[in-house]
Amino acid sequence: MNTILIAALVCGVIALVSGLVIGVASKLFAVPSDPRVDLVIGLLPGANCGGCGKAGCADFAKSVVAGENPPNKCPVSSAEQISAIAHALGIEAGSSFKQVAVVLCGGDLNQARQHTLYNGVYDCVSAAMVAGGPKSCSYGCFGMGSCARSCPFGAIEIINNLAVVHPEVCVGCGTCVATCPRHLIKLVPAEAKVHIFCSSPLKGPEKKKVCSVPCLGCRKCVKAGAEGQFTVEGVKVSVNYDTGENGLPGEDVVAAAGCPTGCLMTVAKHLETEYAELAEAKKETENGRK
Amino acid sequence: MSENCNNVKLPSGDELILSSSPHIHDNQSVRKIMLKVIVALLPAAAAGVFFFGLPAAGVILLTLASCVAAEAIWFFLAKRPLSPLGDCSAALTGLILALNLPPATPWWVCVLGGFLAIWVGKQVFGGLGHNPFNPALVARVALLIALPAALTTWTPTGIEAADSEFELSTYATPLGKAAMLKTTATPHGSAHGDIYAELATDDAYWNYFIGNRGGSLGETSCLALLIGGIALMLMKLIKWQIPLVFIATVGVFSGAVHFFAPAMTPPALFHLMTGGLLLGAFFMATDMVTSPMTTWGCVIFAFGCGVITCVIRIWGSYPEGVSFSILFMNALVPLIDRMCQLRPFGYVRKKA
Amino acid sequence: MAANKPIPPKPLSFPGGIHPAKDGKSLTEKKAVVAAPLFDRYVVQISQNVGAPPKLVVKVGDAVKKGDLLAEASGFVSVPLHAPTSGVISAVGDAPGPMGTLVPAVYLDADGRDEWTANRMAPLDWRTAEPAELKNRVRDAGIVGMGGAAFPTHVKLSPPPDKKIDTVILNGAECEPYLTADHRLMLEQPEKVLVGAAVMARALGVENIFIGVEKNKPDAIDKLNELAGKYGVKVVGLKVQYPQGSEKQLIYALTGRCVPEGGLPMDAGCVVQNVATAAAVCDAVESGVPLIERITTVTGTPLAAPGNFLVRIGTPVIRLVELAGGVTEEPRKLILGGPMMGFAQRSFEVPVAKNSSGVLLLAASEIVQYDSAGCMRCGMCLRGCPMHLSPGPLSMLIENEKFDLAAQNHVMDCLECGACAYACPAHRPLVQHMRRAKAEIRKRAKK
Repeated sequence: MNTILIAALVCGVIALVSGLVIGVASKLFAVPSDPRVDLVIGLLPGANCGGCGKAGCADFAKSVVAGENPPNKCPVSSAEQISAIAHALGIEAGSSFKQVAVVLCGGDLNQARQHTLYNGVYDCVSAAMVAGGPKSCSYGCFGMGSCARSCPFGAIEIINNLAVVHPEVCVGCGTCVATCPRHLIKLVPAEAKVHIFCSSPLKGPEKKKVCSVPCLGCRKCVKAGAEGQFTVEGVKVSVNYDTGENGLPGEDVVAAAGCPTGCLMTVAKHLETEYAELAEAKKETENGRK
Repeated sequence: MSENCNNVKLPSGDELILSSSPHIHDNQSVRKIMLKVIVALLPAAAAGVFFFGLPAAGVILLTLASCVAAEAIWFFLAKRPLSPLGDCSAALTGLILALNLPPATPWWVCVLGGFLAIWVGKQVFGGLGHNPFNPALVARVALLIALPAALTTWTPTGIEAADSEFELSTYATPLGKAAMLKTTATPHGSAHGDIYAELATDDAYWNYFIGNRGGSLGETSCLALLIGGIALMLMKLIKWQIPLVFIATVGVFSGAVHFFAPAMTPPALFHLMTGGLLLGAFFMATDMVTSPMTTWGCVIFAFGCGVITCVIRIWGSYPEGVSFSILFMNALVPLIDRMCQLRPFGYVRKKA
Repeated sequence: MAANKPIPPKPLSFPGGIHPAKDGKSLTEKKAVVAAPLFDRYVVQISQNVGAPPKLVVKVGDAVKKGDLLAEASGFVSVPLHAPTSGVISAVGDAPGPMGTLVPAVYLDADGRDEWTANRMAPLDWRTAEPAELKNRVRDAGIVGMGGAAFPTHVKLSPPPDKKIDTVILNGAECEPYLTADHRLMLEQPEKVLVGAAVMARALGVENIFIGVEKNKPDAIDKLNELAGKYGVKVVGLKVQYPQGSEKQLIYALTGRCVPEGGLPMDAGCVVQNVATAAAVCDAVESGVPLIERITTVTGTPLAAPGNFLVRIGTPVIRLVELAGGVTEEPRKLILGGPMMGFAQRSFEVPVAKNSSGVLLLAASEIVQYDSAGCMRCGMCLRGCPMHLSPGPLSMLIENEKFDLAAQNHVMDCLECGACAYACPAHRPLVQHMRRAKAEIRKRAKK
């Protein structure tokens, strides 16, 4: 009985002393923190993607509270989430539009010629440093997935050695844009559904040598579309994403233009064709096995 | 753009191989290294078979086969290609494990050991290069602790068994005999005479040297081990610091203890020539994966191995300590490597 | 006088490094330099120097003479570019570059007359010329480091005033296997090399001049020694060990000094120049010839007649392959530079640049295709690394994209010499990992 009492007593004294020490320490070494910052951190998505240009969500929250950044600088949060932050802080949300990334290359395994004899690290950045990598087209997507690995949201899929962004998953943080050694990824307004999937500034015939779906610079799309929907730089034609009065080109333009190579298409169509090719390739290998 | 030159086509751009520099390589590969180590172990294996007879050959083949099978099954279960089998590292693990087992190990212990070595010792950590401990030693120590009877049943060599004075009931390895002498010797008797005298005669040393003594299958013949070990050192496949420092530390340590307290332990030469010291120092402590990469790291590692071996042999309850000491130092390798990392050429301490 | 000071005992070697078993030099080391004939078209890349690319001063259709300016220097770290022969500019556009990408280049159709320009630079007497005059001449002749780095030479000759330079080192080590261009140059034109060295020493106001030559070129050492006394140059035989020709290792071997981490040779009081650069400096000063041609080793077992050729800058590699007798076996790899540090090319149309010391063809049997096995922690890379790094563990960090940790472990000190990857029994692409980490860390530092 006595032993139990002593043990309980000792434990109690230790608990008291430790509690005191912790209590004193927490007062002495307290770091003053702004409760608003914690509030904003709670409202942010917490992916720490760095799309806002800050070193993570906590850093961004600090800058929002300090008034350096409007809440809408977070590319990931939805409009409601941003207005919730703005409401909590009692500030303007700022006007914003959602952006998504798109890989402006359509030359996958089946369309673009590959140097099959690349021997090295399977990574776009590394490959680009070895004689410009395994792709014959000097402006094409390697498809080794550096962007897919860097994407904090898993929005990029590599299909047939080609990176494809799933716009419904993409939040437009821009990590992939900085990663791609070929600078093929662009942030575009989420409403943009039609793209020219080619970024090569070379002349048509030269592109034709290495790829079956290049932009030949025929400008049929420019003629089919309304004024200002496309921009032409030298040979290269691209969609004008700085929406002018005529807005972005829609599916009607794709139909009207009748692109000879098919590099002008909608994102949905692009994904669809890639998946179809993938399924076909699978079937072929299965047949081959049989 | 392919053009004909002397009737041989130049490859067009698409057929040229692209890779990063350097474009030439040393004529060396993992497979070649493993095969060379296996060849270096063959004298020891042959000595084992010579002294312990055909059962020893059975143990070697069975353990080797079960290691390779364990690796193949692992790759199959993990749905990985079987090609890494070609690097022969599983075969080497199997051989080393076999040389560490008693000559008359039951077949199921061999198979269990093979699977323990490859699965628990190597593949759970991610395969070759990622295992912190020497897989063969992991298996051997696990077996030793789990099945002490099977792992400490020693058989005499053919030559010993033919001796008329031979008694099977009290048969033990030289280290085992030394331990027994130590416990049975009366304080009175040890005061003057050397209690280990019978173990340290010229005859006994000659037997230890050629391998005519009880012990694990491949550890008995100093001669065979030295041939293989020195060949590996000359081929620069093992870091010479490890065996040298390991053996020297054991020699100096046990010699010093014997000098000051002759009853504590047999003389240094006895320690060097018995037990698994040479096998461990040349082939197990030097395992590339589990030994330090830095030169000074190797020295520290080998010194630690030597000290722990002696401590176990002299004061521990096991007569043999090589396996435990190597495993223990294996655990410290990352720390040792970090400590001994060289400063870059031209390093300047940053001013604070 | 600095030259009279006793020279401290020198290591003549460096810690680490490797000894390539097959150095391939026997293919060409006995072949005297042959001047290449005039070809009908040259492709001169505009940016052939480290630093700012020069500014184009010609346009399509212009007729130029040999030595005429094609592009002028656009800054301090930039050198002009000259026409390799007389002819007409047929195009200005993209051409395959040495790094596999398309780079801007001038296409020059030769007229076959190979006439010198009227405004050729006048010869200078280097013994009396002012240092500044010599430096300007080196710049105007478009001279860059011809060993591989392509760093403008006049910049190296103009150290900031707070750096005290007391030694000029000529790099004749030529430690790269297969290459013999520098060897032949030292053997056939030792005078030019020595004069170039003396010119650079004068431009720097230095009297301590070394030429470091690996001992596997005893004939070149003898030849240089015969004449060296006249120019106050000390010829030193070095241990045969790769990478002996790396600046930092060479300085250590010759002077016992260490270039501090992240520093330049001038931090150790040295200026290191390739022997080919020295010869080009000599040409520029003594006869006013700009850098329009160089000695290049065209070698490899697939070639019928490998050799050393004096080629104009801008010669497409395919012409050199033809010059070397064509191929007798299908080459599977084309390398510009040596086998240890050269770059694999994707096209035979790539032109020779100012820093192309070699063109190497490898047959299928000579190429190791690696399937990057896991690191076995054998430590062979550690023992090979001349910078005392730990390439194996570093590569694992980089594979996992831990670039900060890689930087902490001094990946930026990597020379990319390839000693680690050469020695690696698992055939890991260590150099490629290092390059990626260095690029990534530089990118982050810029942000």
